Amino acid sequence: MIEVENLTKSFGEVKAVRGVSFKALDGKITGLLGPNGAGKTTTLRMLYTLLEPDSGSIKIDGLNPHEHALEVKRKLGVVPDSRGLYTRLSARENIRYFGQLHGMAAPELDVRIDELSEILGMQKFIDRRTDGFSQGQRVKVAIARAVVHSPQTILLDEPTNGLDVMTTRALRHYLLELKKAGHCVVLSTHIMQEVAALCDHIIIIADGQIAAAGNADELLQQSGCETLEDAFVNLIGTEEGLLS
Amino acid sequence: MSGWLTVFNKEVKENFRDRRVIITSLIIGPLFGPLLLIGMFNLMADKTSERMEEALELPVAGQQYAPNLITYLVQQGVEIKAAPANPEAAVKAKDEDVVLRIPADFAERWSEGQRAIVEVIVDESRNHVGVTSQRLRRLLHAYSSQIGISRLQLRGVSPQLLTPIMVKTIDQSTLTSRAARLLSFLPYILMIGAFVGGMHLAIDATAGEKERRSLEPLLINPVPRWQIMAGKLMATSFFAALSVFLTVVAFRLLVPFLPANLLGTSVSITNPMMLGILVVIIPMAILASAFLTILASFAKSFREANSYMGLVTIIPMLPSFYLMINPVKAETWMMAVPLLSQNVLIHELIRGEQVSLSWYLLAGGTTLGLGLVLAVIAATLYNRPRVIFSGE
Repeated sequence: MIEVENLTKSFGEVKAVRGVSFKALDGKITGLLGPNGAGKTTTLRMLYTLLEPDSGSIKIDGLNPHEHALEVKRKLGVVPDSRGLYTRLSARENIRYFGQLHGMAAPELDVRIDELSEILGMQKFIDRRTDGFSQGQRVKVAIARAVVHSPQTILLDEPTNGLDVMTTRALRHYLLELKKAGHCVVLSTHIMQEVAALCDHIIIIADGQIAAAGNADELLQQSGCETLEDAFVNLIGTEEGLLS
Repeated sequence: MSGWLTVFNKEVKENFRDRRVIITSLIIGPLFGPLLLIGMFNLMADKTSERMEEALELPVAGQQYAPNLITYLVQQGVEIKAAPANPEAAVKAKDEDVVLRIPADFAERWSEGQRAIVEVIVDESRNHVGVTSQRLRRLLHAYSSQIGISRLQLRGVSPQLLTPIMVKTIDQSTLTSRAARLLSFLPYILMIGAFVGGMHLAIDATAGEKERRSLEPLLINPVPRWQIMAGKLMATSFFAALSVFLTVVAFRLLVPFLPANLLGTSVSITNPMMLGILVVIIPMAILASAFLTILASFAKSFREANSYMGLVTIIPMLPSFYLMINPVKAETWMMAVPLLSQNVLIHELIRGEQVSLSWYLLAGGTTLGLGLVLAVIAATLYNRPRVIFSGE
């Protein structure tokens, strides 16, 4: 479970995040929805310990990421915006490297990699060097290495960016499986259909602040719109929309 | 397996799979120095012996004024030929290497007992001409003193009166120290090896991670950042040390193929020498790796990092050039200066001198100490978000 309270972060003059608060529960998929530059990536980076907040508090399963960075990292599986692979290593070796960095060792690690290979449909390319992989294949490897240690909480930054329909469907299916198994899943996206199809709880971020939050129905109600897309535009577009 | 060891293993494995790295750092790099040395000296030896052995073809102007001298030269194996109309112009135009001119008053001065003049026309700035003109001068000098001695003897005077002092040189150089002159650029090549051997990995592990966007995922793993950097640094040092090791071994194996006739002695690097050189140079490989890692960490891409590296290869040249121009006696304070100490020590070793243990320790200690300071700086670099996210 993630609890975020009044988070802020500035880079020089630019206020990237200005007082964000939310909760992401176990067994739910939480979506951070917002236009490019809204502060989604910065918020996630503070969650996965690479950035320190200027103020506010974060608790991941009750732990502060900055006081207990290594423990929090063990609990997290992160697919960041950067998902580069080592091209002179095979997909399996890429995943194994991250597993070893999590302190996993041979029999357990190999079993887990085979398991993930099956779940994500990577059997055909798991032992090939990742040089020349398609976008979809790369994302699958990036997800597999992020969750190789079976983390309780999974953070994904724009996971479906650049994926084809089949891979997107496979990814959604996998995230729903994680949810069923009681994991806490948080993903950021700017794509409406994604949150509609996946998320139990939607947090709309614009300009570093939360514009609205709730499930799909609640958001429609709040905005008085027919479709989620209209609701989205309405909710982030005008100040009045927020106040009413 | 601890974090740094995992990182080390992965970086080493990945780099062994990079054919470019294997070829440049582990094959061409180590072979370049010794092959260059052998090639250069074989060429020099060939040229020198060619000129020493081949018949001296000599254009002579005014042959008719000194028939006895000409006879003497012919007896000595010189092939006399007609001189060009304008000897100075011919030498300047490089048509002839050397021309001998006998002035018209040669015979007159000769018979009057004055010094008869002969002129050797040569362009001394042309390198390979030296051997020919020296041979000619030696012949003329021998003829001159032969005549001088017989003139004195005719008058009943001992020729020894002419040379009241006889110079005897007692050379204190040993075979090894003479051979060492040939190897004087070995330290330079080894220093370059220490820097270049780890260069590719230093870039790949830092700027390369940013460029292929794998740094951020890597840093999300529950391993302290200093351990990640330590693993990368050790992998870089390992490659630098391996490259230098192979260079030293290549010298050890190839140096006996140097042409022995040139020196009058054969050159060799003995096993104890080789070990001493390795003990001296390995700490340098570690220092170089730490330095390169810091430098490459500030670059956003491979290309940017590479452009810094060109400048870096100048650094190890500086002490070598200084010592080439200004050869100094090895002193203790030099051991405390990294780069300089390695240069001086390797010179001493290839001269066959005994190097005291305290010098080894001082040189190794200061170099490793500085390397450690740089390593600590490198390890803390990735605590700064600006360095992590600068590739974006």
